[in-house]
Amino acid sequence: MGEIDLWSMAFVFVLATFVGFYVIQNVSRLLHTPLMSLTNAISAIAVVGSIIIAGEQKTVLSTVLGAVAVAASVTNIVSGFLITDRMLKMFRERGAKR
Amino acid sequence: MSAAAAEHVTQASYLLAAVLFIWSLRCLTDPKTARQGVAAGVAGMLAAIGGTLLHPEIVGYSWIAIAFVVGTVIGVPLSLVPLTAVPQRTALSHAFGGLAAGLVGTAKYMLWLEDGQLTSYRTTAIAVEVILGYLTFTGSLMAAGKLQEIIPTRPITYRGQNLTSLGLLGIAVASSIYLVIRPETWQLFPIMIVLSLVFGVLLIIPIGGADMPTVISLLNSYAGLAAVAMGFVLENKVLITAGALDGSSGLILSIIMCRAMNRSFTNVLFGAFGQVQASSAAGEARAVKSGTPRDVAELLENAAKVVIVPGYGMAVAQAQHRVREIYDQLTKRGVDVKFAIHPVAGRMPGHMNVLLAEAEVPYEALIEMEEINRDLPQTDVVLVVGANDVVNPAARTDPKSPIYGMPIIDADRARFVVANKRSMNPGFAGVDNDLYYAENTLMLFGDAKSALGEVVKELAGQAVH
Repeated sequence: MGEIDLWSMAFVFVLATFVGFYVIQNVSRLLHTPLMSLTNAISAIAVVGSIIIAGEQKTVLSTVLGAVAVAASVTNIVSGFLITDRMLKMFRERGAKR
Repeated sequence: MSAAAAEHVTQASYLLAAVLFIWSLRCLTDPKTARQGVAAGVAGMLAAIGGTLLHPEIVGYSWIAIAFVVGTVIGVPLSLVPLTAVPQRTALSHAFGGLAAGLVGTAKYMLWLEDGQLTSYRTTAIAVEVILGYLTFTGSLMAAGKLQEIIPTRPITYRGQNLTSLGLLGIAVASSIYLVIRPETWQLFPIMIVLSLVFGVLLIIPIGGADMPTVISLLNSYAGLAAVAMGFVLENKVLITAGALDGSSGLILSIIMCRAMNRSFTNVLFGAFGQVQASSAAGEARAVKSGTPRDVAELLENAAKVVIVPGYGMAVAQAQHRVREIYDQLTKRGVDVKFAIHPVAGRMPGHMNVLLAEAEVPYEALIEMEEINRDLPQTDVVLVVGANDVVNPAARTDPKSPIYGMPIIDADRARFVVANKRSMNPGFAGVDNDLYYAENTLMLFGDAKSALGEVVKELAGQAVH
């Protein structure tokens, strides 16, 4: 079962929140909709946790729950990155060609 | 590869992913570099997934492969929705994020319960993950339903609503605490799940359409925090990092939205805004000046400086392309045309910018509220397209108005105002708008797409003087 490294996780959480606040405050207000779809795709990194549960196949139920979670996360990854890129492509400077 | 070596590779891939994710968001500072952000995000995601698939605990890949196919099959069409439907899509993706967190928490709870490996730390982390995950799931589904207008967009309220909702959440939290103290009472776990699911629905029922930008941002934050909790459960640092980035982004957006409406979180969630309507609307019928498309075209064409204020009505009528044609016609004649973007215009943060970018309006012409307000006293014509509350001068002048104190675009300070509206119905906040009755305001009645289409025809038809 091993020692739980609660403090190092707490450090990661607090520092990442701090970095998040600084980086996101500088995001152009023009891009707040793409920002939301991009952060959404990124937080679908939850897929890594789901993959392990679906892949270690301990019980039938846990495997099914894990697989549904993988499908939900992959949906967010695929649609999140694709739509973010689709929207960002549309933001053009004056005179720029499509 | 030995198990220890595989673990190093996995952890290195997670570290790389965390760095790429932060870099990805950093790229959004400027529209010029923004697309590199998507590439960085995709690279980070592929690295993390690759590193995870090496994990020695994985004994079979078939379920994973099927889930990847299913996710892709659902995900690709969801990325191709019309841009007016982006708020619904976003709400739906928060729902998927919440669902994944809830399911992983549930699976982990059952596995550890069976193996007798539930510690109080693990139970606490799972409880947070599961409550946040499932309430985000149903709450976001409700929000998506309201945005798609499958569910009525008007706030639905009843007596003792807030007490009921908070009571349910209270019981869910109390069950989780009891579960930590007395782990053998596992029956409380499914009860907690059901309560969280129900609470998510009740949380969104009283929310009206105009509050959606704040609510979507808040749900974004919850989805991020659910991912953080999952990271604590699985002791996975890249999950904690990505969830924290998502959570802080949602929180910042919520704060911006709340400030732009001069309201607090509690007021948005428990205030049921739309309820104060129709008090002044029932009063005296006041006269408005109505103009023809030709009148509007003449007014616009003789201006030196025009500001267009888009609102949700433009999105509903899909009128962004007509607006762009007006922009083109006027720019061609040397008129200076800018767009005034209110932070809460539309149904999610940045909604108007995306629609206008789709219609190929260059982004330099999209100006934030604070900046455009400095120019409005020197502006000849303001054209309001489907916006209402965000240009209502009562926010500055009438302390009794429900929107008093909300920062607005000072359209009334321009020399002339042209307001396009379907009819004289009040806006989403249900507040009458003095701007429409002002001496220098001309109303252009009709559906935004066809009315503005007529204006474009007039502008295009007239010979250049």
